[in-house]
Amino acid sequence: MSWTPDQPIVSIKDVHKSFGPVEVLRGISMDVMKGEVVCIIGPSGSGKSTLIRCINALNDIQSGSITVEGQEVHDPKLDKLALRKKVGMVFQQYNLFPHKTALQNVMMAPIKVLKQNRADVEVRARALLKKVRLEGKEDSYPGELSGGQQQRVAIARSLAMNPDVMLFDEVTAALDPETVKEVLVTIKDLAADGMTCILVTHEMGFAREIADRVYFTDKGVIVEYGPPATFFEQAKDPRTRQFLSQIL
Amino acid sequence: MKTLSNHAPVKGHLPVLLPVRRVLLSDIPLQDRLFNVWTAAALLLAFVAAAVGPSFAQAEAAPARSIAAILLEWTPSLALAFGFNVLISIFAMAIGTVMGVGLGILQVSPTAAVRKTAWVVTQFFRNSPWLVLLFYCILLIPFKVSLFGVSVPFPGWIKAVIGLSLPVMAYMSEFMRGAILSIPTGQWESASSLGFSRGQTMREIILPQTVKRVLPPWMNLYAVLTMATPLVSIVGVNEVMSVTRAALSAEGRVDLLIPMYLYILCWFFIYCYPISALTSRLERRFAVKL
Ligand SMILES: Nc1ncnc2c1ncn2[C@@H]1O[C@H](COP(=O)(O)OP(=O)(O)OP(=O)(O)O)[C@@H](O)[C@H]1O
Ligand SMILES: [Mg+2]
Repeated sequence: MSWTPDQPIVSIKDVHKSFGPVEVLRGISMDVMKGEVVCIIGPSGSGKSTLIRCINALNDIQSGSITVEGQEVHDPKLDKLALRKKVGMVFQQYNLFPHKTALQNVMMAPIKVLKQNRADVEVRARALLKKVRLEGKEDSYPGELSGGQQQRVAIARSLAMNPDVMLFDEVTAALDPETVKEVLVTIKDLAADGMTCILVTHEMGFAREIADRVYFTDKGVIVEYGPPATFFEQAKDPRTRQFLSQIL
Repeated sequence: MKTLSNHAPVKGHLPVLLPVRRVLLSDIPLQDRLFNVWTAAALLLAFVAAAVGPSFAQAEAAPARSIAAILLEWTPSLALAFGFNVLISIFAMAIGTVMGVGLGILQVSPTAAVRKTAWVVTQFFRNSPWLVLLFYCILLIPFKVSLFGVSVPFPGWIKAVIGLSLPVMAYMSEFMRGAILSIPTGQWESASSLGFSRGQTMREIILPQTVKRVLPPWMNLYAVLTMATPLVSIVGVNEVMSVTRAALSAEGRVDLLIPMYLYILCWFFIYCYPISALTSRLERRFAVKL
């Protein structure tokens, strides 16, 4: 079964996931086409992080299927490396490697994992740092950077692997209101370049602006989804409306 | 040195927040309060007094050599023997560290059987008296081992090195386990989402970050190990305690006993004190920097 770009790049079908006796995902389905930007919103504990982590196999699932470019993510025979090359992930807590400079953080995976030539990687890494507007910070250690700067290094680090899909899990949640914007601008640039993005976010204005579709999750199910205009203006489900009224 | 200060002597107080560096007695770790330049000087003074005092008293009574002169005479042999202690400590530390790092990594293995075995080995050697471990090594390791037709001799001092490296290994294993587990899981997750394998993550990302945490207890362990080297006198190695005993029996003078052992204590102190001083400095620096 080979994947063609007219099929969903990420396809999630009836996924169930439990942590012990607690069922966190209770039948989630979602299709994302290449180049689409999808936002997932929902109350705390509704399983947003769990879902996004299942997409790049950081969590396993009990039943259902998740494919990325037609490849089953939870196939025990899956080549994890092949998956990780396709899917980049950015975390709320940045998780930069503190003993490496910004440039080294970006260069590490292409050199060690993809075994690419160091000189080529460095040229690309510098270009990526420039793209996330961090020129001049190449030799700074994560501890010397602000939260927003660290998060942009983390984005550049993921991009260095040339992923086809980027996952963002509340990447601005730990930031000051002023620095949130600089990270959102970076993601917007990415989306404009045609990167497929799946974002968990609490930034409703941002979701409305860049998303092709917004999904609302509650208690492990997708309650409702739709293009931002209809979703935010004419939500049908009372749970969605209640959530939106609280947050907007 | 006590100064008036309205700051509570909180541990981990950020120095950057303090306008002036004020030292409170209670701020100084007990270790530093006991072992510092002043106590060292006092000790040395006591030693000189003990060594020189009696010799003045006996000066007219008997033409016996002064204690100081005797100590001086024995100094070259004692120094050579002490060098042997240092050598043994360095070898034991090197072997123990390498094995301990490996064992520590096994202690966090995802395979339960490996993890548990490493834990048992660690706990066993960490909770055995060092002297007993030494005895076992001396009894169990043959004089020489034939490997592929090549016979490797195992003299007593090498057995002693192996014996001492076992507890070092166990302590090191615990330090490593603690340090590895103290690295936030986010580091593992981001590495794995970048395609790093478990081994690569360990080597490239986790282990380098543990160095800072393990360095101070590792240095402390080395000082403790050095102070434990006199234990190997039981193997008949010419280390400093054996030579001291030999010297004492050769001189046959009761009044020499205390000054001679005090002299040896000073040697150990002078060697180990800088290490523990540096350790506490590193500990304080890392405590603030994290
Ligand atoms: N490793 C785990 N072990 C056990 N339970 C977990 C684990 N990770 C998540 N959970 C549980 O799964 C549920 C969903 O968690 P998840 O992190 O996916 O929520 P979320 O929607 O991302 O919430 P938030 O907005 O607070 O980040 C929570 O009840 C949480 O306690
Ligand atoms: Mg979450």
